[in-house]
Amino acid sequence: MDNAIVATRPHSHETAVAAEHEHVVLPQHRHHFETKEQQREAATFGMWLFLLTEIMFFGGLFFAYLLYRNWYHDAFVVSSNQLSIPLGAANTAILISSGFFMALGVWAAEVQKKSLLVLFLVLTTVFGVAFLGIKGVEYHEKWEKHHIPGSHFDVSEFINPPINPKTGKPTETPLAPDMAQKTQVFFFLYFAMTGMHAFHMILGIGLLFWLTWRANRGEFSAGYVAPIENFGLYWHFVDIVWLFLFPLLYLINRHPGY
Amino acid sequence: MSATSHTIVNLPDQRTATIPKRNYLNNEDGLLSWLFTGDHKRIAILYLISITFFFFIGGAFAGLIRLELLTPQPDLVASDTYNKFFSMHGIVMIFLFLVPSVPATLGNFLIPIMIGAKDLAFPKVNLLSWYLYWIGGLFTMAALVLGGVDTGWTFTTPLSTHYLNTHVVTAATGVFIIGFSSIFTGLNFIVTLHRMRAPGMTWFRLPLFCWSNYAASILMVLGTPVLAITLVLVALERLVGIGVFDPTKGGDPLLFQHLFWFYSHPAVYIMILPGMGVISEVISTFSRKRVFGYTAVAFSSVAIALFGFFVWAHHMFIMGVSNYSALVFSLLTMLVAVPSAIKIFNWAFTLQKGSITFETPMLYAFGFLGLFTIGGMTGVFLGALGMDIHLTETYFIVAHFHFVMVGGMLMAFLAGIHFWWPKMTGRMYPESLSKLAAVTTFIGFNLTFLPQFILGYLGMPRRYHAYPPEFQVLNVLSTAGATVLGVGYMLPLLYLGWSLKYGAIAGNNPWQATGLEWQIQSPPLTENFIETPVVDHEAYDYEWLEHKTAQEVTTVG
Repeated sequence: MDNAIVATRPHSHETAVAAEHEHVVLPQHRHHFETKEQQREAATFGMWLFLLTEIMFFGGLFFAYLLYRNWYHDAFVVSSNQLSIPLGAANTAILISSGFFMALGVWAAEVQKKSLLVLFLVLTTVFGVAFLGIKGVEYHEKWEKHHIPGSHFDVSEFINPPINPKTGKPTETPLAPDMAQKTQVFFFLYFAMTGMHAFHMILGIGLLFWLTWRANRGEFSAGYVAPIENFGLYWHFVDIVWLFLFPLLYLINRHPGY
Repeated sequence: MSATSHTIVNLPDQRTATIPKRNYLNNEDGLLSWLFTGDHKRIAILYLISITFFFFIGGAFAGLIRLELLTPQPDLVASDTYNKFFSMHGIVMIFLFLVPSVPATLGNFLIPIMIGAKDLAFPKVNLLSWYLYWIGGLFTMAALVLGGVDTGWTFTTPLSTHYLNTHVVTAATGVFIIGFSSIFTGLNFIVTLHRMRAPGMTWFRLPLFCWSNYAASILMVLGTPVLAITLVLVALERLVGIGVFDPTKGGDPLLFQHLFWFYSHPAVYIMILPGMGVISEVISTFSRKRVFGYTAVAFSSVAIALFGFFVWAHHMFIMGVSNYSALVFSLLTMLVAVPSAIKIFNWAFTLQKGSITFETPMLYAFGFLGLFTIGGMTGVFLGALGMDIHLTETYFIVAHFHFVMVGGMLMAFLAGIHFWWPKMTGRMYPESLSKLAAVTTFIGFNLTFLPQFILGYLGMPRRYHAYPPEFQVLNVLSTAGATVLGVGYMLPLLYLGWSLKYGAIAGNNPWQATGLEWQIQSPPLTENFIETPVVDHEAYDYEWLEHKTAQEVTTVG
């Protein structure tokens, strides 16, 4: 009864059990679980708990956002207007599509269709990469406008907003210099929150490559779907974080009656 | 109450007894079989060696601190070196010793066995957590070797972000990584306790050790990520100059305090709860009685975990939080004392009319009861708003948390190590020497930290390497006590090491205890149980044990 992980295929015991009981024991079944249902439930439960820790992790950032948004509401409104709603909305649509294909991927694994599963995983990856691409474009724009917090941060645009040539009025409400400084807090939180989100996406895309490779070898087409299922939970969680980030960061000024 | 000569120890005949031929220790050989093991018992041993290593590093810094404080003059080290000493002492002791101490060693070893499982739910994650622990530990050591860090273990902003030029980022990275090790341990325990229990092992048949580790795991899983993100923000503030905690850029240093203590207050319950679990097991075994009010003790663990999340601002009473929130947090702080007191009273009632014997684990457990009670009561002083303003940032608070953490948790850890040593190694420790160590620890501890209560009350601030001459007598007492305490901690290291080869063969159940772990061979098989046990009795059922010969553990094939 070898319990070392270094022994790559300690399945001889399981095969023996399979022969004894004359029912299929998956090669992925680990011997310390009584049944494969127990193994699957444990894995899913573990994933949900991990997502709970992720919620707490992002929670710190959301808490900081809540605090500073209350303190520096004007600065937050003006800086939020600097973000591109079309790009953000496009990204939202892209990420939802990615999540949609992930859900289809879980379905394909459950009905044991290998080529469909690979296709859906690839589509999930493609949309994920597209999201990061657009995010990169947005980050680049911030760089050009000197909106990246730090020594190059430039507040002049918030103190003296550009004049709209048609109306002759400023495009934004000018901020007092001390409030204008607080736009930096917004951009810091913008970068920290979207950056942390993008970091999770990058990790997820790395995992997707690995899962696609394994799916292509047919590992998930014989009734063993736990990794696909649990990765799906993770990927949807990352989606949901964005669904909170988008309105909080991009749409501050878009509510009726403001 | 029976005489101390009375004992429940029941060892097999030493002339014929042997260590079982096949067990988890000799199942496979070679260093790699340890480094790549998935066996929860082996990982527990790896953790035990690691935390012992870091305990003595942390202890060395404590010794240096006490040595500097022997005289009122700042004569041993410069002030910034002294700052590095207490910072390193705190970081190593809290993150590398106390947080993983009982859960990662005893919990890892015992929880699967106690619930009748073959392993934790995720053996690879368990091994990963040990590697993360070491990577974090190496970062911390790197910070030390490269020149140290002098923020205190709290990484307080703006001190840590603006005023210091030491290795804050390295140390913070270390703590960040160790945090994930602790998250994975907690996650593994929760899933295991939910999904891996043997047939018949209901929640209310679980040993209380499992309950308290469950409660601590909840705190690890929910609290640690908040510390992680906070440290990321501190590191970003230092590296990139963003200003989320920097008032000159519109940030708020108090936000750091809120986020930090949101983890670090629950962290003290992460540190103490598993120790309370050990005490429940030990007291029940050595008074031959079921733990009084089992359900109350079980739920008080969960209550401590729950309340623990709503008291963090009591670390911030003097930092300019509003009077109203200070009032509310003071009140909530008092509430945590209730479940802690429930435990103490229930243990006392367990002792009442029990057949008490005084083996080493029980001596440590008695030490825990006394010292934790003092530590807890002084916590109520500090939770009271008016007193806190006088006492906070003085040696009173140092004494308070050392009573809880060292007098409480370390005593519980040593009680547990002695209690389960025969199960882990198959051999007994030397009884009289270990009793001497337990008593030495108790005396040394009191001599070290009781004077600090007085020092703090008289107004000696913490974290200074010099003090007015009139405080010298008490400081000399404290340093003398630390020396005794050091001897008390060295002794177990020596005789437990000795016992690995020369200790008496323990047999399956030297204490004649009831837990599932005592019904299997010592040291256990890699797969723990040959056949999955079926549990049909409650924990601590000493009447069942008396009729055990008539009624062996039933099993399914």
